[in-house]
Amino acid sequence: MRFIMKRDYYQDIRLFKYRSTFFWYLALVIGCFLAPTVLDDYFISQLTFICMYSVATVGLMLLTGYTGQVSMGHAAFFGIGAFTSAILSSKGVPFVLALPAAGLLAGVVGIFIGLPALRLSGLYLAIATMGFGFIVEEILVRWESLTHGNMGMMVDPPSIGPLLFESETSYYYLTLVILTLTILAARNILRSPTGRAMIAIRDSEVAAQAMGISMAKYKTTAFAISAFFTGVAGSLYAHKLTFINPESFTIFVSIEFLAMIIVGGLGSIHGAVFGAAFIIFLPQLIIMTKDYMPKYLADQTGLDPVLYGLMIILFILFEPLGIYGRWRKTRFYFEMFPLYKKDTFRREKKYFKAERH
Amino acid sequence: MSFFEAQQISISFGGLMALNGVSFEVNKGEVFSIIGPNGAGKTTIFNCINRYYDLDEGSFIFKDKDISKVRPHVVADLGISRTFQNIELFKNTTAIDNLLLGRHRHRRSNLFTEALFSPFVQRQEIDSREKAEEVIDFLDLQAYRDQMVAGLPFGVQKTVELGRALAMEPELLLLDEPSSGMNMEEIEDLAFWITDIKEELGITILMVEHNMRLVKEISDRVLALNFGVVLTQGDPKGVLGHPEVMQAYLGDEGVSITG
Repeated sequence: MRFIMKRDYYQDIRLFKYRSTFFWYLALVIGCFLAPTVLDDYFISQLTFICMYSVATVGLMLLTGYTGQVSMGHAAFFGIGAFTSAILSSKGVPFVLALPAAGLLAGVVGIFIGLPALRLSGLYLAIATMGFGFIVEEILVRWESLTHGNMGMMVDPPSIGPLLFESETSYYYLTLVILTLTILAARNILRSPTGRAMIAIRDSEVAAQAMGISMAKYKTTAFAISAFFTGVAGSLYAHKLTFINPESFTIFVSIEFLAMIIVGGLGSIHGAVFGAAFIIFLPQLIIMTKDYMPKYLADQTGLDPVLYGLMIILFILFEPLGIYGRWRKTRFYFEMFPLYKKDTFRREKKYFKAERH
Repeated sequence: MSFFEAQQISISFGGLMALNGVSFEVNKGEVFSIIGPNGAGKTTIFNCINRYYDLDEGSFIFKDKDISKVRPHVVADLGISRTFQNIELFKNTTAIDNLLLGRHRHRRSNLFTEALFSPFVQRQEIDSREKAEEVIDFLDLQAYRDQMVAGLPFGVQKTVELGRALAMEPELLLLDEPSSGMNMEEIEDLAFWITDIKEELGITILMVEHNMRLVKEISDRVLALNFGVVLTQGDPKGVLGHPEVMQAYLGDEGVSITG
């Protein structure tokens, strides 16, 4: 156990509570920057995908994990971001402008998608956002003069001034920097009034209103922030793949995003990143374990998707708090060693539930 | 003009007249209690003030402003805070975060400065924390500051909720059955706090309460309600001793318990 002597209020609001935490994160960042020196291009490419998807899942986490609004339409924001960036780049707009523009356009659309959230919640909102996802997908297919429809679009690798991000390593650094900025921005919002208002909406809408929190303002804000980050991720995706078509932005992508944040652990930024890493590495993991399976099982067709689904089910079943929950338990175990009690994290049964207000 | 006023308010749910032409005035700096048997419409008054329900008729006047048509969050912005009968805390956050949420209406930052966590936002956060700590000191919540509220004892949760309402620095505080579910000691503390809130912080209190001892001890004026209609209002002693109030609570005089 660590205790800190608090001497001023600034200690309460700083990003890292303990000095040691700061050093661990510093070590992580340095480790990430040194990764290309030891890993081959294939792994770096996977890490790039993790960074890029993490930008999107951090966005979705703010909306679903922190504000409590389920979205099954995030592939649409991802797609809007990707196509905005692709179209602007093809018109000669530099990447430094195309990237934020992709985020902003997605964010503006997010505001409009946030409006139904004022009336809908839970599954109904999920279905409404899913409908929105279908509409955007259809628009991307049909608006051929702009998006080239199912033919798709070629996208150039991005460049900022004299820097060209063409190699795996350079693109990895680009996404890593953007992911770091995204996480910082998300953390800052969460420790400010806006972030707290979002959490308040998740926990009790009535009480939030009694605190002077405007549902209209903060729900649309949450959608806008979330869509912005997802749009930025979409832009990175487009420039990474250098070819996009509307098929890359279907409902399955939305569900994959949701799976990432749920498996990672709802309500934590760590969870968003862990989840993205897990879901991206899972297929690799399955392929690797195939070597150890009996041949008749390993050669079975359809094994990969079944294992993929099974892993997610098992995770939700045995670790509802996600990978981040597991991470916290493990850390707690070592912090408390040898005094760890299993019941510390057991969920309390609630016999008292407020039905009215 | 009075500080807060309900003018002939009525609301019905389907065929049920929950409130029927209720009028009362709350003066600045007093504790005004509303009593009545279950289903009398007490909490409904609060929910109407907070704009969770739309009034069918009548209006609420707060500091010369009609607040019966504004949007729900505006009520809090104007300086009316409340607690809930069944706790409505932000469960998955710590006690201090709940109090900080009470500071929401005092924020001056916007999304962009917050994303950068600019010095201005930092200053604001520190100010909010200072205010929240004042409330923690006032209500003796030091031990629970960084604990998740979901795991706290019921009485403490109620106190945190009171603290959250106080952190808003309201002018009018609505307390919905503040003592329900509390033990005798906690109720005693509560009586002191309410008196202190009135006298030291100068906050006007409108309270719905079932504990008659508490009502008698701390209220300046009392209003008795039954089936959405005002039975009587006035000083605590007179109202609690009023024959119609006795009848509303205990039934007709002729009924004998022995039978």
